[in-house]
Amino acid sequence: MSPLILRGLTKSYGGVRVVDGLDLELEPGRCHGLLGPNGAGKTTTLRLALGLIGADAGTVDLLGYPMPAEAALARRKVGVVPQVDSLDPDFTVRENLLTYGRYFGMKGREIEARIPYLLEFSGLAGKADAPINNLSGGMRRRLTLARALVNDPDLIVLDEPTTGLDPQARHLIWQGLRRLIGQGKTLLLTTHFMDEAERLCDVISVLDQGRVIVRGSPRELIVKHIEPHVVEIYGDGLNEWKDCASSFCKRCEQAGETLFCYTDAPDKVVAQLEQQPGLRYLHRPANLEDVFLKLTGRDLRD
Amino acid sequence: MINLNWYPVWRRNFLVWKKLAGPSLLGNLADPMLYMLGLGYGLGGLLQSVDGVPYLNFLAAGTLAYSVMNSATFETLYSAFSRMHVQKTWEAILNTPLTLKEVLLGELFWATSKSLLSAVAIMLVIWALGLYDNFTMTLALLPVALLTGFCFAGMGLAINAVSPNFDFFLYYFTLAITPMILLGGVFYPPSALPVWLADIAAWLPLTHAIELARPLVLGRIPSDIVLHGLALIAYGGIGFAAALKLTTRRLLK
Repeated sequence: MSPLILRGLTKSYGGVRVVDGLDLELEPGRCHGLLGPNGAGKTTTLRLALGLIGADAGTVDLLGYPMPAEAALARRKVGVVPQVDSLDPDFTVRENLLTYGRYFGMKGREIEARIPYLLEFSGLAGKADAPINNLSGGMRRRLTLARALVNDPDLIVLDEPTTGLDPQARHLIWQGLRRLIGQGKTLLLTTHFMDEAERLCDVISVLDQGRVIVRGSPRELIVKHIEPHVVEIYGDGLNEWKDCASSFCKRCEQAGETLFCYTDAPDKVVAQLEQQPGLRYLHRPANLEDVFLKLTGRDLRD
Repeated sequence: MINLNWYPVWRRNFLVWKKLAGPSLLGNLADPMLYMLGLGYGLGGLLQSVDGVPYLNFLAAGTLAYSVMNSATFETLYSAFSRMHVQKTWEAILNTPLTLKEVLLGELFWATSKSLLSAVAIMLVIWALGLYDNFTMTLALLPVALLTGFCFAGMGLAINAVSPNFDFFLYYFTLAITPMILLGGVFYPPSALPVWLADIAAWLPLTHAIELARPLVLGRIPSDIVLHGLALIAYGGIGFAAALKLTTRRLLK
């Protein structure tokens, strides 16, 4: 059974369709990524999925329950890592977990029994009695993840779980998420980090203007939507060189002072560039970010 | 509404309060006591009697009602706003099976409980200084405090729901709370006011609370118990209903 099915979902705010006929179906035991520029409707989609708000049209089925009518029942088996830190600053690590577990109707003893595992999982063993304000940003984030697991959820929803973290802290969160996937949990996460999505997600849905514009595994999306190689070029004489670039480069895009050459045959491009002493370049394989930018454009969405 | 789902929310607030009880108790309890004793002895020394009793005895019931009002109001404005808006505690809870109604009920009952504590503190002073006429009757101050706390907690949550920031609460204090303290009969009997002002004051929730509390301290049976009780329930109930509607619009739209 799919843990979450969204069908024809529509939600407008002030005449603007933030979510516009969106369809999404999660496969159990997989990690699903929801990507999209700001304003694409990611957070609204999550809120609709959790039954926090009602849709103007369409249906949401969460763990077999219709949303938002049966939200309280469905959320018993859902864990949420919100975008904004909402830990209780007046409590210690342990008290945060205890208090949160009680919102699920769990008994104190039941939660206490789970706390050692949650602390070990989040790398916070030995921090049980630390006040929240003594924790680093990465620790707080890991505690938020541990808090979302207090009810042993089947589906875990994460809204930008690693935004604002340093690389070490991000890697720790990723380890935790991989462990959850290994346990057969279903994950649904939004992120702005393409490397994060590429590393973690089995299935990616790219959202733009309130609907899913493409869906597939990171590898599928790269193979299907973009040339395998990218050469980024910048420096003096770029404009002159650009004019002749099209003859040996399949597709070129300029963003500011940088020219992106997408190609099947990077050797030809590189050979050409070697004769241009004023130009500097970086040759790399195409990645998810290239796909994302091709599909959603390079314009800022503020 | 019958279920106890709100209880973990109440309990969360209680646990936080327990950690910081010292300064909180001081602010909530010592402050009104100082007012009562300072004014009661100081101003009371200049007065023969008010309503046939020493001024301190007269002031006791007003202080109790005013203390309950303050306690419930501060809790549902500043503390609840901090939980809702700054700490995002409510949003975290809404991701669990609890509904916004249950969160607000937890807050309502918590603020009521806390204001009841303020009432008990004043009652201790009333008993210790012998400011009452009939001990058994003073016990009826507890249900009065309960209704009064409920009334101001419900209204406070409605104000909380529409507040953009902490500064906004000054409007409520200046336009509602302060007039009630000065016109509701805390410091003098409403009969001392000009008729037109006394007629307005009669509608204020704090006036209803004091109309119930004062006779109980002075050993008389309050008149119009049902009217005053229903008025407090109505103010609180309408406030809570508005709070639910407005907070839903604020957080879950």
